[in-house]
Amino acid sequence: MKFLSNSALERLRAGADTPDLGGTPYRLLERVARGGMGVVYAAEDTRLGRRVALKVLDLPDATGELAARLVREARVLARLEHPGIVPVHDVGRLADGRVFYAMKFVEGQRLDEHTASVKSAPDRLRLFLRICDAVAFAHARGILHRDLKPANIMVGPFGEVLVMDWGLAKIIRESEPDPGCGSEETVVELARTETRDEDSTEGSGRTAHGAVLGTPGYMSPEQARGDVARLDERSDVYSLGAILRQLVSPDNASIAAPRPLAAICAKATAENSADRYASVQELSSDVSRYLDGLPVSAYRETYLERVGRFYRRYRVAILLIAAYLVARVLVLFLARR
Amino acid sequence: MNKVLLGILLGAVLGAVDGGTAWFTPAARTQMAGIIFGSTIKGIIAGVAAGFFARKVNSVPLGILFGLAVGFVLAFIVAYMQHGYYFEILLPGSLVGVIVGYATQRYGVATAAATR
Repeated sequence: MKFLSNSALERLRAGADTPDLGGTPYRLLERVARGGMGVVYAAEDTRLGRRVALKVLDLPDATGELAARLVREARVLARLEHPGIVPVHDVGRLADGRVFYAMKFVEGQRLDEHTASVKSAPDRLRLFLRICDAVAFAHARGILHRDLKPANIMVGPFGEVLVMDWGLAKIIRESEPDPGCGSEETVVELARTETRDEDSTEGSGRTAHGAVLGTPGYMSPEQARGDVARLDERSDVYSLGAILRQLVSPDNASIAAPRPLAAICAKATAENSADRYASVQELSSDVSRYLDGLPVSAYRETYLERVGRFYRRYRVAILLIAAYLVARVLVLFLARR
Repeated sequence: MNKVLLGILLGAVLGAVDGGTAWFTPAARTQMAGIIFGSTIKGIIAGVAAGFFARKVNSVPLGILFGLAVGFVLAFIVAYMQHGYYFEILLPGSLVGVIVGYATQRYGVATAAATR
């Protein structure tokens, strides 16, 4: 008997994993990434001659629950037409029965990789505001993301921000009649019963599956408890607060975040959801106010801090007026001699 | 506030204040009204010029340079007419131009483009 070598086995395994795109208008290019329940491939849409990303289900799915979830994710994306949310182009089934959907191929970096090269704190905050815009839009459409984390946010080459991976999204209310999505809430509940403990890697940044869905460190306490009934916009506010904290005080930062910003993070990530910002707009509004040199709702500043903020905001004007007054005094002084 | 209006108001206030400081020069106290009036007009002219410049050119450094140039020229004309006090008039006058030039660029709001 002759045994196969390890390399031959690897090649066979890779071949078996590679999706057969026959019968679809897509031509496989390369494997890009692996998500919680699927693999993302780069492919070419041969009809339009453009590069797309294909998310293909890649887990055993005897009951069809995961397939339903992937389709549901595509449907959620389809109703979220926003520059900050990756658009879905197509959904379908491969010859081997696996479900896939095609979306825009995003060339860029993950948020955590991108921000390593962004040294300016205001630039990081402006990036954060664009993330908030996309999430606020989804909330306005009645959809919670539930898995916001730097790994699920892409920054394009022109600074465009795209919120990805809506696989754990929860529909909290119907914003408009959508005949195809009537059973989505049921699908979410089915997904909650999924038990895949091997993926529940604490602190690894991978999305945990099981009774509790989300990523440790970014999911809200109520989400971590599996208290699905209590989840609302403030759960995503918590995740955004955790992202903001990472943006303003990365692990290797030698300088602590300014107090108003730290207070914004603290309010957004409050243990009790009632103590958080009620909406993403409130959070982004506070960050905008900080950027504009205005007081923020999360922090009561001292008189000295107020004076300092006023000076920073109008520094050039104050210096010009001071220069004028000095010039005037100088002129008077010289005139009297 | 739009850039031209901001330039006019700021130029008028700074011009008036600039003229008012003549009170500290005893020899000029008898002509205070004329000095304040003339200085206010000078400030307004500088403000209008800086405001229109800010409408055309969106650049703080260029706005400051333009304000400096306008303030200097106007102050020079006044000093020339006074036959003296060049330093006393040119330095503050130029600084008023700089402040107005900066303020119109930084704080003036661009008016919407006219549409048919």
